[in-house]
Amino acid sequence: MARSRLSAWLVTLPPFAWIALFLFTPYCLLFCYSFWSLDAGQQVVHHLTLANYLHLLQTPLYLTVILRSMRIAFSVVLLSLLIGYPLACFLVFQAGKYRRILYQAVIIPLWISYLVRAYAWKVIFGNEGVMNTLLLWCHATRHPLGFLLYSPFAVIVTLTHIYVPFVVLPVVAALEKIPPELLESSSDLGATAWQTFTRVILPLSLPGVLSGATFAFLLSFGDFLAPLLLGGPSSVMIANIVANLFGADYNWPLGAAVAVLILVMVLVILTITQRLERRWRVA
Amino acid sequence: MSNFLRLENVSKRFGEHTVLASISLEVERGEFLTLLGESGSGKTTLLRILAGFEEATGGRIFLEDEQLDALPPHRRPIHTVFQSYALFPHMSVFDNVAYGLRVRGCARDEMTARVEEALKKVHMEGFSKHFPRQISGGQKQRVALARALVNRPRLLLLDEPLSALDANLRFEMQRELKVLQREVGITFIFVTHDQSEALAISDRVVLLRHGKVEQCGTPRSIYSTPRTAYSASFLGKSNLVQGTVLDGVADCADFSVPVNVADGAVTFSLRPECIAPVTETAQAGEQLVPFVAEVVAEQFHGADSLLTLRCASGTELSARVAGPRGNGGWFAFRAQDLVPLEQE
Amino acid sequence: MKAGNRALPALSTAYAAAAYAFLYLPIVVLVVYSFNRDGVGGFPPQHWTLDWYRTLFDDSAMWTSVGNSAMVALCTVVLSMLIGFPAAYALDRYSFPGKAAFQRLVLLPLIVPGVITGISLLLLTVSSGFHLSLVTVILGHSTALTAVAATEIFAGLAKLDRSLEEASADLGATGIQTLTRIVLPGLRTSLLGTALLIFTLSMDEIAVTFFLIGRENTLPLEIWSRLRRGATPEMNAIATLIFLFSVITIFLSQWLMTSEKTEIINR
Repeated sequence: MARSRLSAWLVTLPPFAWIALFLFTPYCLLFCYSFWSLDAGQQVVHHLTLANYLHLLQTPLYLTVILRSMRIAFSVVLLSLLIGYPLACFLVFQAGKYRRILYQAVIIPLWISYLVRAYAWKVIFGNEGVMNTLLLWCHATRHPLGFLLYSPFAVIVTLTHIYVPFVVLPVVAALEKIPPELLESSSDLGATAWQTFTRVILPLSLPGVLSGATFAFLLSFGDFLAPLLLGGPSSVMIANIVANLFGADYNWPLGAAVAVLILVMVLVILTITQRLERRWRVA
Repeated sequence: MSNFLRLENVSKRFGEHTVLASISLEVERGEFLTLLGESGSGKTTLLRILAGFEEATGGRIFLEDEQLDALPPHRRPIHTVFQSYALFPHMSVFDNVAYGLRVRGCARDEMTARVEEALKKVHMEGFSKHFPRQISGGQKQRVALARALVNRPRLLLLDEPLSALDANLRFEMQRELKVLQREVGITFIFVTHDQSEALAISDRVVLLRHGKVEQCGTPRSIYSTPRTAYSASFLGKSNLVQGTVLDGVADCADFSVPVNVADGAVTFSLRPECIAPVTETAQAGEQLVPFVAEVVAEQFHGADSLLTLRCASGTELSARVAGPRGNGGWFAFRAQDLVPLEQE
Repeated sequence: MKAGNRALPALSTAYAAAAYAFLYLPIVVLVVYSFNRDGVGGFPPQHWTLDWYRTLFDDSAMWTSVGNSAMVALCTVVLSMLIGFPAAYALDRYSFPGKAAFQRLVLLPLIVPGVITGISLLLLTVSSGFHLSLVTVILGHSTALTAVAATEIFAGLAKLDRSLEEASADLGATGIQTLTRIVLPGLRTSLLGTALLIFTLSMDEIAVTFFLIGRENTLPLEIWSRLRRGATPEMNAIATLIFLFSVITIFLSQWLMTSEKTEIINR
């Protein structure tokens, strides 16, 4: 048995070392940077200080942007569920013999480049874009609609487009696990289709909904490409702030502090939803 | 010290939970030994310890005086037939059987010859190109046997190998297994929870209960003289009769029997087939114990019937008799069929 | 669901159709306008042309970035599988102190915004005195996508029948022999699927790459930098090609999986 313990070490050590070096150390560095500061010459000073965090708390801009990011992420989740949940129900209960191929059709967009999809929406929503010229062409409007592009609206639509499949897949998985006898016995006991839905299907699919929603929320919350590409100044999100602080603004310690803040929020949200998911799964 | 396989105080604990409590056992070369027990009796754990998949918490195991405990599974001259058969799905029947020879670097010609011989032995010679998913459960069973036997192990472990088969096939496989074992002369250790299978197939049965050996012996001896009430009722059907012994006579309410046990309260085992209607068993030289009983139920089994008898005191006894018995009357059994059991 | 209620199925089918339209509309628009002579907007599209593809094929900077991306993606597949496989194996088979923490850490890049993983690795690179180049991009991708490799392979391992490995050891195979003859063949489909997925994700990665890129661009960053100068239908053309490439990859992975099944049946 000593041999197997040795081989266990040999298997475990390389990934452990890699993760420690390229994942754990960088996160630790990020944490350290967030307590350092810049001197007048833009050099990093290795003195522990809470200045970055105090600055975050005292500047209303950061709170505004965080709240906006959450609002956008929340809208994305809501829209994704609104589109994805009925789609999942359709796939599981109604698609019949086309189920396999229709399921694949939900997965295919997942494989398609994020950038390509975001760009496609830019093409659609632009001032000279497809949507506006279409509306002008059929005389639905006289002037191009300005709010389409460079607005939270475009960001939300784009992110929804990207995260709908992320919601559909876990919901389908959860719905598939419901034994058909449950639905039959529910209607056998006199429940209408709607009652069966609200009392049996919906509660049993909640864990799937939650895991899809969590994923969509966290990833849209930390997105920085869609706002850059499709959003205007009114849709700057928190990840953009980090990117700017590490880019043009060149204040790495402050950027690190914002990043740590995002990381903490992500972990808190994840912990809460995991707890909830476990409770609902048991129920 | 010359025993083929020897287990010395083998024990297994998972934390607070004791699965095996100090099992000592000796197995002869060429023996067909069955580990019998309910689920949770520790029989499968014992088998897995022998195979090397699990480590015993204490004790030692010797195979022909070589200590096995430190050897990993692949270095033990022991093979297993798994309950699920565990045939490799991505390999043909031939490749499955050849696996053990291949990983040992056996020469190609010898390998082919031995695989074919093994497949022939289990009557699967026409199936070498098939894949596991293309053959039936009984056939998978045979391939699993061939795969283990082809390597000529010194000991073959069989983990409930027949439990997935239907009753008829199972009966047939029991017979074949027994013939095959005689033929190859390899020691078999067979695990099952089915007492009739254990009685039918083995040279010796080890009855396990709560991780301890309850009783060990040939099927006949263990059946005719159960040691405890558990043995008596787990192996076949048995009437447990309460009695009080005084001066060599057991007083059991409805009858008194001369016995050879110390005074006190004793539980006896009385097999249903030992009870017969009085008229038919009047043979000279046998000490019969007669009693009066009423028949309260009869379950017809074809060859015989199982009667439920109610004696004068209200005690109920099962009796296995041939032919219908009406409403009751005189029944009797031989005094030596009343087997005293150890108190638990 | 009830036989009497006919409106519900029709309604739900219509809804599903709308949802699919939403999912595929942007892709259709992209493809159509890549053949449109007069720019990326304008309805209805007029004057079909292949000019934009011609421009694209003459665009050497673009193709250099495609080469860079393919190289990065290949290295990332190899590295992340090499780390992800033992990580998944250890998580599935062994118990060791700190296992739960290790698992969380490995999977963290799946849910932490790419920006954060990107800047953390940037800090590491700068602190250890390395220069940013395609090598740092590969390291970044491999670290981030190891999470994907580990989850996918872990799921594959969980589906494997453990008694097969016991049977293999029982029949005399060493640990290595069991790995190469039983475990890896059993995981073949899952490993191939994972490799293709990681390749695709790496080809498309921006958030991490953004902070780790040196002088040489990957394809998404090349596109990105052009988009900031303004969109041209050449972008539609490259996007269409990327879309085609994705579709081919999906069908390739599907085909690999089904052909493996038929192979087992027919052989």
